[in-house]
Amino acid sequence: MERRRFAQDALSEWMKTNGPDSEIVISSRIRIARNLSRHPFPMLATNQQSREVMEQLTGVARDERLESFGRFDIFILSELNELEKKVLVEKHLISPGLANESRGGALLLNDKESVSIMINEEDHLRIQCLYPGFQIKEAWTVASRIDDTFEGAVDFAFDEKLGYLTSCPTNVGTGIRASVMMHLPALVLTQQINRILSAITQVGLAVRGLYGEGSEAVGNLFQISNQITLGQSEEEIIDNLYGVARQIIEHEKAARERLMAESRVRVEDRVNRSFGILSHASIMDSKEAAQRLSDVRLGIDLGIIQDVPPCVMNELMVMTQPGFLQQVFDEVLNPEQRDIRRAELIRGQLLKSESGGV
Amino acid sequence: MQCQECGKKPATLHFTKIVNGEKTEFHICEACAREKGELIPGTPGGFSIHSLLSGLLDFEPAAQSGLGPKPQTIRCEECGLTYSQFSKIGRFGCSSCYRHFSGRLDPLFKRVHGNTVHVGKIPLRSGQQIQSRREIEQLKLELQEKISHEEFESAAQIRDRIRELERRLADA
Ligand SMILES: [Zn+2]
Ligand SMILES: [Zn+2]
Repeated sequence: MERRRFAQDALSEWMKTNGPDSEIVISSRIRIARNLSRHPFPMLATNQQSREVMEQLTGVARDERLESFGRFDIFILSELNELEKKVLVEKHLISPGLANESRGGALLLNDKESVSIMINEEDHLRIQCLYPGFQIKEAWTVASRIDDTFEGAVDFAFDEKLGYLTSCPTNVGTGIRASVMMHLPALVLTQQINRILSAITQVGLAVRGLYGEGSEAVGNLFQISNQITLGQSEEEIIDNLYGVARQIIEHEKAARERLMAESRVRVEDRVNRSFGILSHASIMDSKEAAQRLSDVRLGIDLGIIQDVPPCVMNELMVMTQPGFLQQVFDEVLNPEQRDIRRAELIRGQLLKSESGGV
Repeated sequence: MQCQECGKKPATLHFTKIVNGEKTEFHICEACAREKGELIPGTPGGFSIHSLLSGLLDFEPAAQSGLGPKPQTIRCEECGLTYSQFSKIGRFGCSSCYRHFSGRLDPLFKRVHGNTVHVGKIPLRSGQQIQSRREIEQLKLELQEKISHEEFESAAQIRDRIRELERRLADA
């Protein structure tokens, strides 16, 4: 079978350009949840009703109403194979829920993969816009216009007092989840991270970090998002997130400067050691890969490593996930084989970029 | 430590979720983490926001127990979901559930959002009337302001605009 476009490239087109503050903010994302007014939510919909919802919503793309946001492909989830679904999940273009549990599930994906629209996930419609770097306001502008386009064609469940009605009460009102993915290695290294994260959560935001053993987040990546969707306007929600993220950027920058001023050699050692291991290891598990890639990424941002472009790091974060690895090597891999293939892939990519051929 | 989701495998992922200063810790195995909910862009594996929220939603307003109908008997006439099913799974069955459970929802919204009234976006097409009503309210405030500052010329303009909006609402 011919490989679908999304399965060939680890890095979505939108991730290949550098956004503002991209040395700290990896990506900005807006997700809005909407439902049709006359159908039960997907959880309670009959198969027939789910099909109707899918027909109505994919119809908006078929009618080419979305064309000002790119060229859209329509994927019916039941027509994709397991590996393709896994790759879409690893690229964060769909949720595991849509991949595994949806009935009448569909995905509308634009050519840059910056807009992914999920149909019949937890809500009938979830519009997701992704931007590289710190561009949360830009992402909202586009998501809101796509929302308007759909609303021109279908009736949304909306209540004058409660706003947009969603399957989960945590989304009611604006139905918006705004989030920024931040790489904060210096705040972790200088042990300021917990203090800062707990401070920013006083203002209605949630922080999610993925922790491995010990206290360090895997890959030093943290997602900060709004928690409140009712009683604040979209602009307030986004301004709040923007302001807080801006402060974290400044703290991370200050921590990086301090690290370089006070312990330059130690930082260089850590970065170069990780680079050495990634360039030469024969077995690499996903957790070690995430941590070492974070070190190298920091090294690139600090100018310690100069031959590797930052987007190679983003690319490797996705490429080294189990589904994508199997797609790249075109075979089913057990965990042990995966660790060997992962090491091989990372070595190859780093070598390629060092010799200037990215 | 065992995984708090499946209780079988050792928990290898430990993370903290902090909302409004309240800290909750989660300990799950990688298999469970991968199976669940929303992913963080750019990170390996993933985990669910929903399982984290179930604590928030498993919620029976204490003051209301003993008063009014039992939660098992409150039922959405549209989709059939009962209030007690709703509080267990934390999901509404359809948009009418909001109306049928309305007496009980404000404490929940207050607790999750700190608010009970939407102030954000209104649908562009189907929300035109709501939009006009909101605009009229806003203009009436401005009108008072202008009058109190004795800016009668701009007050008259605002009054005309209010009349026009009110006429359009009446025609709709
Ligand atoms: Zn488990
Ligand atoms: Zn219902």
